[in-house]
Amino acid sequence: MSTILNTTATPEAALTAPAGPTGFRYVLHEIMRQRSTIVGLAIVGLLLLSAIASPFISPYSVTVSSCGVFDPPSAAHWLGCDGAGLDVLSLVLHGGGVSMIVGLSATLIAMTVGASVGVLSGYFGGWVDVLLMRITDYFLVVPQIVLMIVIAAVWGPSLFHVVVVIGALMWTGTARVIRAQVMSIRERVYVRRVAGLGAGHGRIVFRHILPQVGPLLVANAVIAITVAVFDETALAFLGLSDPDAVTWGTIMEHAFDRAATSAGAWWAIAPAGLAVAFFIVGCYLVGRSIEDALNPRLRVSYLSAHSWRLRPLVGKKPEAI
Amino acid sequence: MYRSGYVLRRVAFAVVTIYIIATLNFLLFRVLPGSAVTRISRIPNASPELKAAVIHQFGLDKPLWEQYWIYLGQLLRGNMGVSYVNQQPVTDNLWTAFTNTIPMVAIGTILALVIGIAVGVLSAVRRGTASDHIGTNLAVLFYAFPTQFLGMMILIFAAGVLPVAGMSDAFELDPSTWGHLLDVGKHMILPVLTLVLTLFAENALIVRSSMLETLGEDYILTARAKGLPRRRIIRAYALRNAMLPTITLIALSLGSIVTGAILIEIIFSWPGIGRALYSAVLSRDYPMLQGGFLVITVTVIVFNLAADLLYAKLDPRIRA
Repeated sequence: MSTILNTTATPEAALTAPAGPTGFRYVLHEIMRQRSTIVGLAIVGLLLLSAIASPFISPYSVTVSSCGVFDPPSAAHWLGCDGAGLDVLSLVLHGGGVSMIVGLSATLIAMTVGASVGVLSGYFGGWVDVLLMRITDYFLVVPQIVLMIVIAAVWGPSLFHVVVVIGALMWTGTARVIRAQVMSIRERVYVRRVAGLGAGHGRIVFRHILPQVGPLLVANAVIAITVAVFDETALAFLGLSDPDAVTWGTIMEHAFDRAATSAGAWWAIAPAGLAVAFFIVGCYLVGRSIEDALNPRLRVSYLSAHSWRLRPLVGKKPEAI
Repeated sequence: MYRSGYVLRRVAFAVVTIYIIATLNFLLFRVLPGSAVTRISRIPNASPELKAAVIHQFGLDKPLWEQYWIYLGQLLRGNMGVSYVNQQPVTDNLWTAFTNTIPMVAIGTILALVIGIAVGVLSAVRRGTASDHIGTNLAVLFYAFPTQFLGMMILIFAAGVLPVAGMSDAFELDPSTWGHLLDVGKHMILPVLTLVLTLFAENALIVRSSMLETLGEDYILTARAKGLPRRRIIRAYALRNAMLPTITLIALSLGSIVTGAILIEIIFSWPGIGRALYSAVLSRDYPMLQGGFLVITVTVIVFNLAADLLYAKLDPRIRA
């Protein structure tokens, strides 16, 4: 508070000096201050590292069997073996990379489409907005996984198809959120003044609007990755992913196909399932803290858990309420 | 009569969406590379005459618009073709599957709603306390579990205690209606449990954040200033308003209910529509695949419409 008060003491200072922790740096600061961000980043970072290092650290091959069918966990095979006699630990380490790449690629597609539709719709308004939002509405109401199943089933099982199908159907939520944000930014004074100074649409969008919706896009992307990874496992479970690729999804599918459930071989399923769960929790924690930082309204609550005290909340962490 | 205008608009939107989906359903199987058409005519060692005969039998030699016209006409009469696998009309197959799915999914969804709202409200009202942390973290954890993982774990650890496959016992001892219902109910416990565990979390998180936003509104402050009891503020002021965005979000999560139901039906061999879709995928039974897609999608659209109309009933601002 004090820095802002000091810098606004004179009008000149307010115009020249960077006014305290605002804008992108403020948001970043807010995000990093939360414990959930650190925990989330740690989880995702650990999974990423182990996926990158998997060729060096995985104890066995993922193509040549090294033990018996559904051998339980032992000293030699920490997480046991799957239905083809492959080491589950090695499989999960290897599968992580592919799963995360699939999730990330699908998210990139979805974010590109979502941001483009959202910005076009929100910035230009009028018939562009009506048309794009109508299309979005249709996409929004169709159960995506069912459409994904049909497209992937007709198109043929392949990882590339899975990426495209997930990416092409996942952008609707992002488009709506970005549109709403762009609509409000468009009306702000500075954007109008820049337009008055003769800036073109391209310059306004790329220099003045996109940086403002950036954090929101990142928050959306982080949540979207979880959905993409989730959808990949679901499609893989239906046999629509590449049957030869090792992903967290196909590991679970192969285990189910080879009747791990009747063999009671939980170790063939649980590690991959838990890896997905950890990844999703990690991303979710990061995504939520970005959203929290972007939504100052959440910091106000007139009904506190502790008795009936009403406290001034300005400048306090959300946890203080 | 602005109210009926709104209803009409929503119904029209739903009808148009269903029409688009039906068209998409037609095109997907004809336009995509490796589509049904090329697959059907790709019979190993088939003579050109046989190929031509098959293509003619399926009417694939007609121009596309004529096929489309025939398709729409048949669809309106409830004819979705014949299953390649069991040679029965797709409509009959799907109807049986549909009636098996509905009770399981309905019970699961309602339970998940009740539990989700309870957990969400409790954690929002007790924000920052131990019960909030437990509730929220538990919800995040279950939200993160892949449905198939949770289902298979439940199946493995409950095998022997409760029935884990199918909808009823093949060697039923008690053939009376009540005995049968009890048997189906027993078979339903584990699938429903899995569905509830995967769904309640999302609901809880949605309700919690919606409640938190509402608790920051000025009318809550006013209500407190008036000295209203805490319970009444939560119920009549906060929860009521928090339910509005919740209904929309839950309606939009219908898709994830469908996803969950498909995976759960596969794991627990529940003879429902998700399993029908799955076997259609496995055996490349295109008529069943098309029919299943259409039925599930139309159901979701109809429920979405219902949520929209409910929303309008609860929030007068929407109707304008």
